[in-house]
Order: sequence, then C-alpha cells, then structure tokens
Amino acid sequence: MSKFAYLSVLLACLLGTAWLEYFLRTKVYRRIIRLTLTVAPVLVVFSIWDAYAIAQGHWTFDPRFITGVTLIAKIPLDEILFFIVIPICAILSFEAVRSARNWEAGDEDTK
Amino acid sequence: MTYTELTCFGVLIVTALDLFLFRTKILKRRVFWVSYAIVIFFQLVTNGILTGFGIVEYDGDAIIGSGTSQSSPPTFIGDGRLAFAPIEDLLFGFCLVVLTLIIWVWLGRIGVQREPKAGPPRASVERFLRTK
Repeated sequence: MSKFAYLSVLLACLLGTAWLEYFLRTKVYRRIIRLTLTVAPVLVVFSIWDAYAIAQGHWTFDPRFITGVTLIAKIPLDEILFFIVIPICAILSFEAVRSARNWEAGDEDTK
Repeated sequence: MTYTELTCFGVLIVTALDLFLFRTKILKRRVFWVSYAIVIFFQLVTNGILTGFGIVEYDGDAIIGSGTSQSSPPTFIGDGRLAFAPIEDLLFGFCLVVLTLIIWVWLGRIGVQREPKAGPPRASVERFLRTK
C-alpha cells in the first residue's frame, strides 16, 4: 500500500468501465460536452458536501494512502477525482444497460 | 447535521429533483434500476476496499455504527456497516448516482448531444446477450 492506494481504486473503476464504451458502444466519452456539463455541477455539489463533512470530522483520510495534495477546502485531490470518476462510471453503466436492452431513458427524440 | 441525517435528506432531495423539478423520472424506469443494481455491487467492492483498509475512516458520532481506527478496524457486516462501509454510504452513493443521471438525461432532453445514441452492442456482445 502506498499514497497511491486511493488513486489506484479510482483507476480500477475507470478501467473496469472503459470496455463498455467499445463493446456496448455507449458513446459516453464521445459525447464529451454532455459528459462535462453533467459532471461539473455534480462535482461542485459533492465537493461542498465533502468540505462540510471533513470540517465536521464525519470522515478522515489516512495520510499514508492518499496523495497528500489538497486543492481547496481541505479536500484531498483523491476525493475530487472520486466525484469525477464515479459519475462517469454511473453514466457508462446506465448507457451500457440501455444499449444492451434497448430500454427508454426519457431523453429520446419524441418526434 | 450527522452523516446519517445528511444522507436521508439527500435522498429526499434527489428524489424530488427527479420526479418534480427536472421531471426526468429516471426513478420510474427499468433502465435506471438495472444499471443501479450493477453500480451498487461495484460500490460495495470498491468502497469495501477504501473502508476495509482504513483509507477512509468515519467518526462514530456521525454514523449509525461506531467509529473505527487502525486499532479497531470496521466489521464486515453489522454495527451499521455492510462490506466494511457505513450503510450511510449506500445512500450517499444513491444521491451521487441519481443526481448524475438526472442531469445527464435532462441535458439529453433539452438537446445537448442526444446523439450519438448508445448502442447497438458489438456483434460479439450481442451474441452473448442473446444466448442468455
């Protein structure tokens, strides 16, 4: 274990879902504008939650397992990346199921 | 507010956003619940690593279960925990995933990169899906 432990988990999440883009043709990364516009507000909302939780002492991080880099409000870089990686994984899973099953999600062209 | 209270509050908020404000209504769709079931499984695995190794630790006053430290590691199941992680994390994850998908679907509805659509799966996957 090292200070890259947390980051390794995030990398595993990215690699573990990346194949969906190719094999199920999720086309999530190809819709980069929509992906960015989705992740940005989620990142803001959950960083605020995280900052509050850290300030209140709801959770703490073992310094041996995180990078030690903090950008803002004492939030570890690892956490910031978590709030980017997990939304991407969620969207990839969602679009993969949709691709496999052809189920509607509510954003189809209605004409 | 405690972590327990915040997560319950969060679930109410994202549910209201989905059903009444954005009206995306993903919570009423099969595609959401099936993909969420997959997400939960992997959340338990990855979060189990983060909490089981003590990369992240929780204050016993903020959660239903008790706090942990290197000298008193979390239990696998029980004491308000599932796969080492506080059960509050399941609600936290629900908020994170649902908020993400609300915005993703809503953007598609207002016409932001609705295309290219997902699918169809590659032939190799299609064959696998059909044999199931």
